[in-house]
Amino acid sequence: MDYQFDFVLVLRSLPVLLRGLLVTVELWVPSIFIGLCAGFLLSLARLSKSPWLRMPSLFYIELFRDTPVLIQLIWFFYAFPIIIGVQLSPFAAALLGLALNTSAYSAEIFRGGIQSIAQGQWEGARALGMRRSKILQRIILPQVFKRMLPAFTNRAIEVAKMSSLASVLSVHELMYQGRLLSSTYYRPLEILTTVAFIYFVLIYPGTWLSARLERRLAAKA
Amino acid sequence: MTEPILRVTDLQKYFGDLHVLKGIDFSVEAGERIAIIGGSGSGKSTFLRCLNFMEMPSGGTIALDGKPIGKPHGRDGARRYPESELCTVRERVGMVFQQFNLFPHMTVLENVMEGLLTVKGMRNAAARERAVRELEKVGLGTKLDAYPGKLSGGQQQRVAIARALAMEPEILLFDEPTSSLDPELVGEVLRVIRQLADEGRTMLLVTHELGFAYHFATKVIFLADGVFHEVGTPDDVLKNPRQERTRAFLERFTEFGF
Amino acid sequence: MSYHWDFSGVWSRWDLLLTGLVNTVKIAGISIVFGVIVGLLLAFMKLSPRRFLSVPATAFIEFYRNTPPIIHFFWFYYALPVLANVSLNPFLAAVLALSTQSGAFYAEVFRGGIVSIEKGQWEGARALGMRHSQLMRRIILPQALTRMFAPFVERSFELTKTTALASTLAYADLLYQAMLVNSETFRPLEVYTTIALMYVILLVTASTLARVAEARLTAYR
Ligand SMILES: Nc1ncnc2c1ncn2[C@@H]1O[C@H](COP(=O)(O)OP(=O)(O)OP(=O)(O)O)[C@@H](O)[C@H]1O
Ligand SMILES: [Mg+2]
Repeated sequence: MDYQFDFVLVLRSLPVLLRGLLVTVELWVPSIFIGLCAGFLLSLARLSKSPWLRMPSLFYIELFRDTPVLIQLIWFFYAFPIIIGVQLSPFAAALLGLALNTSAYSAEIFRGGIQSIAQGQWEGARALGMRRSKILQRIILPQVFKRMLPAFTNRAIEVAKMSSLASVLSVHELMYQGRLLSSTYYRPLEILTTVAFIYFVLIYPGTWLSARLERRLAAKA
Repeated sequence: MTEPILRVTDLQKYFGDLHVLKGIDFSVEAGERIAIIGGSGSGKSTFLRCLNFMEMPSGGTIALDGKPIGKPHGRDGARRYPESELCTVRERVGMVFQQFNLFPHMTVLENVMEGLLTVKGMRNAAARERAVRELEKVGLGTKLDAYPGKLSGGQQQRVAIARALAMEPEILLFDEPTSSLDPELVGEVLRVIRQLADEGRTMLLVTHELGFAYHFATKVIFLADGVFHEVGTPDDVLKNPRQERTRAFLERFTEFGF
Repeated sequence: MSYHWDFSGVWSRWDLLLTGLVNTVKIAGISIVFGVIVGLLLAFMKLSPRRFLSVPATAFIEFYRNTPPIIHFFWFYYALPVLANVSLNPFLAAVLALSTQSGAFYAEVFRGGIVSIEKGQWEGARALGMRHSQLMRRIILPQALTRMFAPFVERSFELTKTTALASTLAYADLLYQAMLVNSETFRPLEVYTTIALMYVILLVTASTLARVAEARLTAYR
């Protein structure tokens, strides 16, 4: 192994890679935000007594959980526009795919959290004459939110990783820039290793945080 | 004077900086039944668990039949204990735990046969025969094929006793065997232990059941501050304690007595 | 929304999709086997009290858990040949990426299963005079295996979905074959919807089988 690792090239590529990182974050943060909001509504539908709400939401959730994310992104870019009759930009298709995927997974987190609250809490609040929406808002959610935090952190980590698949749609995010640079300079080892490390630096704090939150919760229980 | 089966010399145990056992000298002779009492956190379990090396002593020696276990190692009196030697010791010194520690993936019969098959290397038929005998003795001859999860706490503890007995240990250690049982199940376990006493077995029992200790034991030890504060016959220690500390401990038990 | 669904094109090239499905199952199966081997090795290294074993294992596991899978595919296909002077075909590169990546996750599943066994079980076996090897084989592992089962299956499903990334290296998996069919038929909506449903059927079948197996395994509880 007498390969000469070209550090200068790594330094020269950094600005481009960091520009890619910015796009990664632009995909990542809105996906999580939209995904969480939609996921919450979805979990209510999933828990609803009406089969008209429950069955479609169940179907939606399973569809996203049982197919590869890459196929979802490709579907939103190549197939979905045919249904709506409007061409989506690669970024918009990727964002849509990631956000909806996140909504399906976080719906399951919300559902698990809401169901984990003991029946007594609902009964106690109902005995005070509170309405269902009020109980949810004032009694249930504040209790479950802390408990769900590690799971949401994990989700955020997964979304960061998934966002790299947008490179397949030619969204100019980190992975795309890495692939482009590595073939331009014909230096895949340097560039791809650097890209991997940038992802690691982006994602590892989340893993660390989630492990810490989990340990704290376990200690309290 | 007979040679003791087990002799403990200057036993020390630290958990980090916490000095739990502070130099205990002690011996067990054949047929003795020793009850160990003391406040919560005083080190009763730790002491008992050192005797079959569930905890490794930090210092001192433990000798079986006059032969010290392990080899000296390092400066501070700690010893090194090879696995093979510990396995032999544990075969001879059985233990019954507060939480039973039955193997949930095995039936009652398999639980009792396990040590016979793996440790004693017995054949299946012989192991089975002995396991059935021990289970019948503790009154569980009809539960052979049940899984532990389906039994009451009292039944589980009796299986655990049968499992330990099947190994034919020379000494049996009991660490609060009834503490995690519902009150109405305590009796069935204590009756089994008393039956073992009648057979003349050598036993050590950590317990908070002072009444049982009084009738069961040939010797009672009050453990406090990591040392044996008072040792004597049940009458001496439980009825006429000489130490102020022992008296205070016993008073707390009689406070709500009737 | 006046689109006319037309599956005749997809149907005419069902042989391509079938090959793709077979290849997807093949690469998933092989990667699961190698992933388990990697995972066992890493788990035992990480459980070891010797730091020269546990520290590298931890580093490996953390690196893989905190970087996107796609980068590993590209790294093995483009960067490893530069470093090690070997050339890998897409299949081998994908298997390497999948099995090292899933190995890192499996390691945590295996380790978690073993450390989740209560201290009392170790003590109960030790108090009978059992040796470490006997105790592991007869008491700890049988119980740990049943606890590992559900997370193991979940991880294997993740791996199966991740095999779709092999298409980016031009390995003829289901997604890659779908792209071929699409380039012939120009029916992306039908093609990509079809393979998404094929994935759903594959995973739902597998998870039904897994549930039956799990019920058998945990019958004693
Ligand atoms: N594994 C351990 N690590 C650290 N400290 C321990 C450990 N085991 C016991 N201790 C500490 O050693 C002391 C003695 O504990 P031990 O369990 O022997 O008390 P005990 O007399 O059996 O109490 P109890 O009546 O509550 O069972 C306690 O302060 C306990 O917190
Ligand atoms: Mg104790």
